[in-house]
Amino acid sequence: MSDSYEKNTLHYHKELCINCRRCTQVCPHGVFAEGSDHAELARPAACMECGACALNCPVQAIEVQSGVGCAWAMISAALMGRDMDSGECSCGGDEGSCCGAHQEKSSCCDEK
Amino acid sequence: MTPSQPSCCSCSPGAEAAPCSCSTPPRQPAEIRVTDSTITFANRLDHFLARWGVHRTGHRVAPGLWRLGSPAAESPVLASANYTLSFDALRSALAGYDAYILVLDTKGINVWCAAGKGTFGTEELVSRLETAGLAGIVTHRKIIVPQLGAPGISAHEVKRRSGFTVEYGPVRAGDLPEYLMTGKAEPAMRRVQFPINDRIVLAPVELIQAALPAMVVAAGLWFLAGPVAALAAISAVVAGTVLFPALLPFIPTSDFSTKGLLLGGVVAIPFAVAFTSDTALPVWAAIAGAVIPLLIMPAVTAYLALNFTGSTTFTSRTGVKKEIFRYVPVMACMAVSGIILGLALGVSRFTGVY
Repeated sequence: MSDSYEKNTLHYHKELCINCRRCTQVCPHGVFAEGSDHAELARPAACMECGACALNCPVQAIEVQSGVGCAWAMISAALMGRDMDSGECSCGGDEGSCCGAHQEKSSCCDEK
Repeated sequence: MTPSQPSCCSCSPGAEAAPCSCSTPPRQPAEIRVTDSTITFANRLDHFLARWGVHRTGHRVAPGLWRLGSPAAESPVLASANYTLSFDALRSALAGYDAYILVLDTKGINVWCAAGKGTFGTEELVSRLETAGLAGIVTHRKIIVPQLGAPGISAHEVKRRSGFTVEYGPVRAGDLPEYLMTGKAEPAMRRVQFPINDRIVLAPVELIQAALPAMVVAAGLWFLAGPVAALAAISAVVAGTVLFPALLPFIPTSDFSTKGLLLGGVVAIPFAVAFTSDTALPVWAAIAGAVIPLLIMPAVTAYLALNFTGSTTFTSRTGVKKEIFRYVPVMACMAVSGIILGLALGVSRFTGVY
């Protein structure tokens, strides 16, 4: 049976790494491991593309097209005629909950 | 509690055309709220309601700085989200500690989801540090951010803009005492797991979301095809929203869709058998009747299973997208052919073919 999760968009440019170890601290799946002079890409297939490593790498040695792996958000976006990647995950919630583009507007006005 | 002054971009809901201005500097020192580590009955009730999806974004705590115990100028500062489940997990894990908690305004969303959206983010953290006047309250320049906040926070950017060094704490609040003692999170503390308890607490929300359409379909089927068909509809939905999260790691295959098809197929077998053993039907009608649940139920369960990806701790967007393109057409074909077969069978019966 094929595995849709085998490949992902993570790219690591080892030569740029300054061994600050941030990526090993932020990755929730142990994709990066500590090495002697640079971080090692230990479990690339476990990457869930959360983007924490890339955002916290001070020298941009890591690239990943981050996003939330949420079918609900992508299918809703596709049904609404929007780009599939524009949908935001409801985190298992209803439409108005975490997300949806419409939330953006009201979000600045919910604190009295 | 009303914040003593408007936070960045807080307009009152009714205030028409009040511009959201982020440039107004605070005029008075920000209020520091007080909390403790006790989880009361009211807290537990609130957690229960949150888990059942009641008023989903209403489980909030006030953003800003909080005092836990009697913190001094050198006490640790920990960041959290303004979602009660996040905040309560943090404060209850820190029983006996004196610390400051800086609650970011994540609109009532947990740390990880909010980080993915960017509301638990660099911008919000830097502005909260500023409005709280933390630099004047503590002597150190260190803030402990939950590791799962990292998808929204750029540690070096926070340092550059606020002078505060971000230290990523462990994934689980329960590991904080050890982290605070050793100053280091062991690799195991940095890994996200998805054990049965974490999976099963998500089932109520999944079930509630699917409940209304499921009830409507079940009621319709009851009238059109009888109670067994109604039960089949309920079973397919319960399989996708409750059984699936519970059994996730035990179902073979790695894709959620195929896992869902398998689970739905197994759940459909009794219904298929019920039809074939109905001796009142002619053989062809019994076989057609048996095929219908085998087509529709796995499709429904698989669709719900696929939608569970957003609640899990490990699915990548690339993978989920691949699954959608691969399997949603399959599910649609199965469901549509099942429905057509069902209609044909219904019409045959109505017109007296059997």
